[in-house]
Amino acid sequence: MDDGLDGIGAVDAGERLASALDTSGAEYAARRAAQLERIAALEREQAKAVAGGGPKYTDRHRARGRLLPRERIELLVDPDSPFLELSPLAAWGTEYPVGASAVTGIGVVSGVECVICANDPTVRGGASNPWTLRKLLRADEIALANRLPLISLVESGGADLAGQKEVFIPGGRLFRDLTRLSAAGIPTVALVFGTATAGGAYVPGLSDHVVMVDERARVFLGGPPLVAMATGERADEEALGGAGMHARTSGLADHLAADEYDALRIGRRIVASLNHRKAGPGPSRPAREPRYDPEELLGLIPEDLKVPFDPREVIARIADGSAFAEFKPLYGPSLVTGWAHLHGYPVGILANAQGVLFSDEARKAAQFIQLANRSATPLLFLQNTTGYMVGTRYEQEGIIKHGAMMINAVANSTVPHITLVMGASYGAGNYGMCGRAYDPRFLFSWPGARSAVMGPAQLAGVLSIVGRQAAAARGRPYDEEADAAMRAAVEAQVEAESDAFFLSGRLYDDGVIDPRDTRTVLGMALSAVHGAPVEGAQGFGVFRM
Amino acid sequence: MTIDRLLVANRGEIARRVLRSAAALGVQTVAVYADPDAGAPHVAEADRAVRLPGGAPADTYLRSDALVAAARASGADAVHPGYGFLSESAAFARAVAEAGLTWVGPPPEAIAAMADKRAAKKAMRDAGVPVLPELDPAAVTEADFPLLVKAAAGGGGRGMRAVAEPAALPAAVGSARREAESAFGDGSVFCEPLLRPARHVEVQVLADAHGTVWTLGERECSAQRRHQKVVEESPSPAVGPALRERLCEAAVRAARAIGYVGAGTVEFLLGGDPADPGLYFLEVNTRLQVEHPVTEARYRLDLVAWQLRIAEGARLPAEPPRPHGHAVEARLYAEDPAAGWRPAAGPLHRFEVPGADAGFAVAPADSGTATLRVDAGVVSGSVVPTHYDPMLAKVVAWAPDRPTALRRLAAALAGARVHGPATNRDVLVRLLRHPVMRAGGVDTGFLEGPELAGLSAPLADGETVRLAALAAALAAADRERAAAGALGTLPGGWRNVVSAPQCRAFDGPTGRIEVRYRSTRDGTAADGYGEVRPAGVVRTGADEHSVVLECAGVRQTFAVAHHASPGGGTEVWVDTASGAVALRPLPRLPEPEPARDPGSLLAPMPGSVARVLVSVGEAVAAGQPLLVLEAMKMEHPVAAPAAGRVRELYAGPGAQVGAGAVLAVLDAPAADGPAGFEEGER
Repeated sequence: MDDGLDGIGAVDAGERLASALDTSGAEYAARRAAQLERIAALEREQAKAVAGGGPKYTDRHRARGRLLPRERIELLVDPDSPFLELSPLAAWGTEYPVGASAVTGIGVVSGVECVICANDPTVRGGASNPWTLRKLLRADEIALANRLPLISLVESGGADLAGQKEVFIPGGRLFRDLTRLSAAGIPTVALVFGTATAGGAYVPGLSDHVVMVDERARVFLGGPPLVAMATGERADEEALGGAGMHARTSGLADHLAADEYDALRIGRRIVASLNHRKAGPGPSRPAREPRYDPEELLGLIPEDLKVPFDPREVIARIADGSAFAEFKPLYGPSLVTGWAHLHGYPVGILANAQGVLFSDEARKAAQFIQLANRSATPLLFLQNTTGYMVGTRYEQEGIIKHGAMMINAVANSTVPHITLVMGASYGAGNYGMCGRAYDPRFLFSWPGARSAVMGPAQLAGVLSIVGRQAAAARGRPYDEEADAAMRAAVEAQVEAESDAFFLSGRLYDDGVIDPRDTRTVLGMALSAVHGAPVEGAQGFGVFRM
Repeated sequence: MTIDRLLVANRGEIARRVLRSAAALGVQTVAVYADPDAGAPHVAEADRAVRLPGGAPADTYLRSDALVAAARASGADAVHPGYGFLSESAAFARAVAEAGLTWVGPPPEAIAAMADKRAAKKAMRDAGVPVLPELDPAAVTEADFPLLVKAAAGGGGRGMRAVAEPAALPAAVGSARREAESAFGDGSVFCEPLLRPARHVEVQVLADAHGTVWTLGERECSAQRRHQKVVEESPSPAVGPALRERLCEAAVRAARAIGYVGAGTVEFLLGGDPADPGLYFLEVNTRLQVEHPVTEARYRLDLVAWQLRIAEGARLPAEPPRPHGHAVEARLYAEDPAAGWRPAAGPLHRFEVPGADAGFAVAPADSGTATLRVDAGVVSGSVVPTHYDPMLAKVVAWAPDRPTALRRLAAALAGARVHGPATNRDVLVRLLRHPVMRAGGVDTGFLEGPELAGLSAPLADGETVRLAALAAALAAADRERAAAGALGTLPGGWRNVVSAPQCRAFDGPTGRIEVRYRSTRDGTAADGYGEVRPAGVVRTGADEHSVVLECAGVRQTFAVAHHASPGGGTEVWVDTASGAVALRPLPRLPEPEPARDPGSLLAPMPGSVARVLVSVGEAVAAGQPLLVLEAMKMEHPVAAPAAGRVRELYAGPGAQVGAGAVLAVLDAPAADGPAGFEEGER
């Protein structure tokens, strides 16, 4: 038996999906070529983040015998374990470098899944800009929601002073989060490799476990120049905040590491001794590979978001054994709902099929989400929606009421949600399908995905119609030339601002991923969400019937 | 007379060998074992076993009284001495007989007659067997050089010295005398001309108590290192029919001269003109030889079974069986060619010779098919003790012709999986494949000559070591994934943002080797390995992987085994078609070396020095208090962590010291020399 479960009496999670994808056709090849181009663009943008401050600064950093942030992470995590970097495109499309001078992610340290945050000291000395702050705060949020220990690899010159107005006030949350994590019983570990001044000094100050690298770590509220300004004291750096001083005298350091490698070794030992256990259940059955190759996802995704595709083809390439137990397949067919397993974890899936959500789809979703909460099953939202249906007939049928039921269910559901934006995410469909504002535990996008209040052409068209009506009301002629220019400009702007890279740069997702990695990324995310207890909602808002 | 219960007064492979033949004849068996051998296979394989308390041979396998007592206690009615230990002790043979037990060996008188080499030579000369002239060390002249100094009571090459010129003679005689005195309790030595080139050829004899003496052909034993046989074969490529007739005739004369009964070997030296060499009696080994399987393979008989039958009084048929084909044996030793051939010991994690057709018995042969026999004293999991001869096993190949036999044996050794102490395996493989060996041209000087260095090089070259390290890294990664406590079902080493590859480092025969690899959508890729493509990693056992690497289109399989190291950590053994490679994984994040002097003693807490109890230059024992620190109204003695000598004292009485301050530095005492080991006879 090919799935290893038949014959031992195990009940399959559902029917094995049969793929109708023609992998030999021209359409498949064209879609695949377009996707590969998008993936190449994604890799180019990620490479910018990996390059950090560029050869000049990375070489100088290495010449000082220091490791780059990703090198530190590679040595910290278990050999050969997977590592999911979060928000790698943070600050994309802003005035700050891609990656936002920090690296965050989820990795396995001494057998424990942890959130790891590392400053990139090769980018402007590792100073925090507004996007760094948002990236680090998002990592804290993930650690707290999923009860994952937080490891900070500290080497930062503090706030980017030019951008301090955007950093200083909200930045206090970083310290608040650290101590709240600790209070919630989620361990925090700080490995200090270099300077941690002023605000940065509170990262070790507020972490449960602190390691400092001898003769490298410098932790003080005020460095020698500031001390000289404030009190006139001529302070020695080592005496003021050296690792040896903190390990022997102030007690701020629990461990004095001989070098960076030693600090990482001690860090791994600390995590091994945390006795940290995940509060959620483990996988409910052995993981099985899908029966269809995830590689084929590339030829499945249409180049044009207006062309719908069957999400069952996606599920067949990410779910264990390609098995899917569909719920209400004949009712509200524009939204596919059903149960599957992913890396052994049970999951309820809601996936848009024809883009539009009608009343039936909304009612089906609200019922399905309640079922998932009764059985404490995590939910996966596969977004490709153009929003709730508009028009007289639909308004009269109560589309607002029914959309509200769905949003009520999503908003008050307490099982973990994971959202993947596969294609379009427009209008209130973004909300009903658990967009960023609905706090899914993780939200990832495929390259080419778009999120906006509506499609660029529709938005421009709406503006044009409204303008035309206004002109008519005032009895003025409508300037068609200006209208065309306005439409083109608005379309271009919305196009750019609804793009996955742009939104990822603004931390509206946790990363743009290669579609072929979907199963792996969701597997890591699902494992992470089970760090916290999985419990269904006790009640929802009043459903307007 | 019938033997019903046989005690085997030996250990290792020869004990297993004798036990096997006895059991096949329906004879009950008794093993003896010294303490280090309590878990040895020969103990498990015997019907009964008697402990010989202690470890050193002198306390155990060389204790005649203890062995006779063991035979009595276990109800044995016969004793087989094997080879080495007491096998050539006339006193032991007598003690066995006096205890009313059957001695499986020649009469004590025959043993005694051959024990003193000088007396043996005289007896042989009298019987008409050609011998080398004996030279008086006090009377030799320049013309007699080169010559050989020999211990009269010698054996196994001990007490033997080659001397090139007169000036070196007194020292050689002195050292040979001392060695003989300590090894045999008899320091008398004599001299003989040293034949160069020469060959060591011996004749197997088998005689019953009724006057029949068989000769079972000759064995060529010229491949020797330090008088230690390494490879033996039969027939000798240097012996033609005429010479064979002369050898066998001389051997029969020798056996008859001393009234020999049982299995024995008459050793000769062939020297002078290779076309018509001179033939000189060397000695008679009054016991079974290590290399007896070579003869068994050619004559398809069981010499141990015949020993037992002859001891029971059986008659040999008038004529011996006819020999077939060619047989060659190699001795696998636990010794390190790279460390002056020092005997090696320790856990033998794995010992497998794939393709063996038989163990401790003649392999059944169809004419035309090569066969392989393995007589091993060890099994996977054995511990090679330091007290005894370091021979692990004998591997014997038989084939219809000599080239096939040599090739089969080399292949068997090359394919053997020997994970543990260093061995001479690679030397054996290189020797068996050497053109001089293939041409039958190896004489007794060959392994002392310039070829030795080349023969001693490991089979695995630098490239093989590099590939083995890659295979080891991939196997280790698979192990890591299989044991992962979290995210174990996800792809190993997966990254959504690619930066650095995975890195594993090993300490190997060529020093530190770093392997970098990354998982890609098309499988694992290795950085810096050019045309090499990992083509599969399959777990084949608990700690065992088969790794396939495709190198420029050629697939090679690497068998990777992980073993727990006795000193902690892991040993990785990689067996390849191009040699075996042992690797030690290096930690990614090693514990830092303390930057201070290794012998530094640090203050455990801040305080003041109350008293200093030692002075600079003083020798101190482990645990000896060096000074007393006073802190918080308590006195804390600071003691030496190990024995040594005080090099520096940094704090005098009354000095205030901080925690971690260096108080004193100790020098370690000179390292002890390597522990000696004692050998049995060979």
